[in-house]
Amino acid sequence: MLSSPSSSPISASEPPARPEAPDREAVIRVRGLDMRFGSRTIFDKLDLDVWRGEVLGIVGASGAGKSVLMRTIVGLNVPEAGRIEIFGQDRARLGDRALRGLDARYGVLFQDGALFSSLNVGQNVMLPLNEHRDLPLDLRCEMTRIKLMMVGLPIDAALKTPSELSGGMRKRAGLARALALDPELLFLDEPTAGLDPISAAEFDTLIGDLQRSLRLTVVMVTHDLDSLVAICDRIAVLVDHRLVTGTLDEVMANPHPWIQSYFRGPRGRAAHAAAD
Amino acid sequence: MTSLAETAAKPSDGAAASGEVRTRREDGRLVIVASGAWVNERAGALDRALRKIEARGARSIVFDLGELTQLDTAGAWLLTRTRHFLSAGGATVELVNVGDAFAPLLGHLARSDALPALPSVNPPPYRFGDYTARIGRISLRLLAVAGRLVGFLGLVCVVALRALGRPGRFRFAPLVVHMERAGLDALPIVGMLAFLIGVVFAFQGADQLSRFGAEIYTVNLLGIGVLRELGVLIAAIIVAGRSGSAFTAQIGTMQVNEEIDAMTVIGLDPIELLVLPRVLAMLITLPLVVFFANAMALLGGALMCWSYLGISIPTFLRQLHSGLYAWTFWIGVLKAPFFAGIIALTGCYEGLRVTRSAESVGQLTTRSVVESIFLVILADALFTILFTYLRV
Repeated sequence: MLSSPSSSPISASEPPARPEAPDREAVIRVRGLDMRFGSRTIFDKLDLDVWRGEVLGIVGASGAGKSVLMRTIVGLNVPEAGRIEIFGQDRARLGDRALRGLDARYGVLFQDGALFSSLNVGQNVMLPLNEHRDLPLDLRCEMTRIKLMMVGLPIDAALKTPSELSGGMRKRAGLARALALDPELLFLDEPTAGLDPISAAEFDTLIGDLQRSLRLTVVMVTHDLDSLVAICDRIAVLVDHRLVTGTLDEVMANPHPWIQSYFRGPRGRAAHAAAD
Repeated sequence: MTSLAETAAKPSDGAAASGEVRTRREDGRLVIVASGAWVNERAGALDRALRKIEARGARSIVFDLGELTQLDTAGAWLLTRTRHFLSAGGATVELVNVGDAFAPLLGHLARSDALPALPSVNPPPYRFGDYTARIGRISLRLLAVAGRLVGFLGLVCVVALRALGRPGRFRFAPLVVHMERAGLDALPIVGMLAFLIGVVFAFQGADQLSRFGAEIYTVNLLGIGVLRELGVLIAAIIVAGRSGSAFTAQIGTMQVNEEIDAMTVIGLDPIELLVLPRVLAMLITLPLVVFFANAMALLGGALMCWSYLGISIPTFLRQLHSGLYAWTFWIGVLKAPFFAGIIALTGCYEGLRVTRSAESVGQLTTRSVVESIFLVILADALFTILFTYLRV
């Protein structure tokens, strides 16, 4: 982004847990993940660790399986082999009750918000509270209001239907719904795709702010180099059915040709230059 | 209220989160100690505990957050709200021992006081008269639809006339495809239903007429009923359900994909390319489908008469021939093109009205089927009145 390093929000008083820290705690641990669609290999013995409090950006070529990876971690796809632990719990070994409890501990923002079209925005945001918590209606309303405020939506947006919102507002509403239960872990699928550069930068700032004030762990699939540079602590690049993980500088030092052309290409250089 | 009990706060994360509220009085001051994890999961219990706090007589209230281990938006909101509520009661409220980690979130929420309250997001409860108002709204909408359909008919006619001037540009392949889909593919289901209706109709008629010893007139009843009304109605209703809905869904999906817009930009007329072949295909095939339905219904009736009443097939045909005149058949078949026009125009019109959301495809498909069946039956009633005046 345009901010200088000294005033950059990342270097503010509360630094996110650096991946180098020895006492880091893995929120997500993926080991030996195999996935195949027909004869096409998607993942081959893929490993991933996400540490508490960090923002991890997953990048890769179109069709490489970034979204599939995210969907597999949250349990929408079933892997052929391998173990996925979220908060140390393996979905495959949990009963229904424990699964519901685990689901309530992370929020997912789908690409276009995935708001329920039959409900208005307020009902969408309130829905997880209705289902997972036993709270009086006025408290639920207040918490819905707070979530709308935090994602920067005006209060009268609560009564609109999703189809009346612009793409950026739908994403904000989807983010408010993902945050409804105050999850510790947030998954974002292409959060800035389809937004104009100014809205995208605002959305990046919003996610960064929320991540710091709520101390979230964020896993985001993205194509947006500006987002990567602006808010990601670490980057995981999906190449050759596996992940190359590290900080931006570490990943950029990797000699793999796809990584080199991704980060050293004109767009990559521009994003990097803008951040420096 | 367990959360009011003087238990030690234990740091915890996730499932076993325990947030506590304790109060104590210190020479006129009320000290509220928030401890443990004030998180979303505990919000219900914390809310109940906070509502029970007796602040009467306390001039100054202190929130001690020193023992807080976790705070998320739910907990922070409860703190902010209680603080706001207590200070509105006339006491001075301050927060002490606020951890560095919690300060930004609390500061963030402090601004929320300025916001207006969230209006109720749920629909208002039913009030007397709502249903009547809804009937009125739906009636007005149906009238408006009928009016717009007439406009659409005019548009299609203009395009059709223009296309007549350039016959070389007319595309026959889509016409034949739609004739196959709307006509040929509908024959099995239409034929089967018509056959069964013929059987049922003959059976019911014979049951009543046999009381007068007039079984033979079952054939007249069947012939008039099927040829004038039943055959064409069955065919039209099934084709509306099969093909009218398909027209809406196909054109609607293209609308969602912006294909219609792309066509317009390339300089192609969507009415000419999409609507005209469908309307023409329907106009050509529905009368043929009606003919087939008539034949199948009469066949079903004839088999019923033969097995149940002992009327042989040649007798049946003779009676049919003497009891009916040519107009009986033509009245049914003549209605078919009108019904075809209604079905095709409604289907295409609703398809073009689809907005860019997938949801509206489903909505308008349902609407197109309901509207076309409604309009078909309405038209049938008007035809009956017309033919009564014309004495045919």
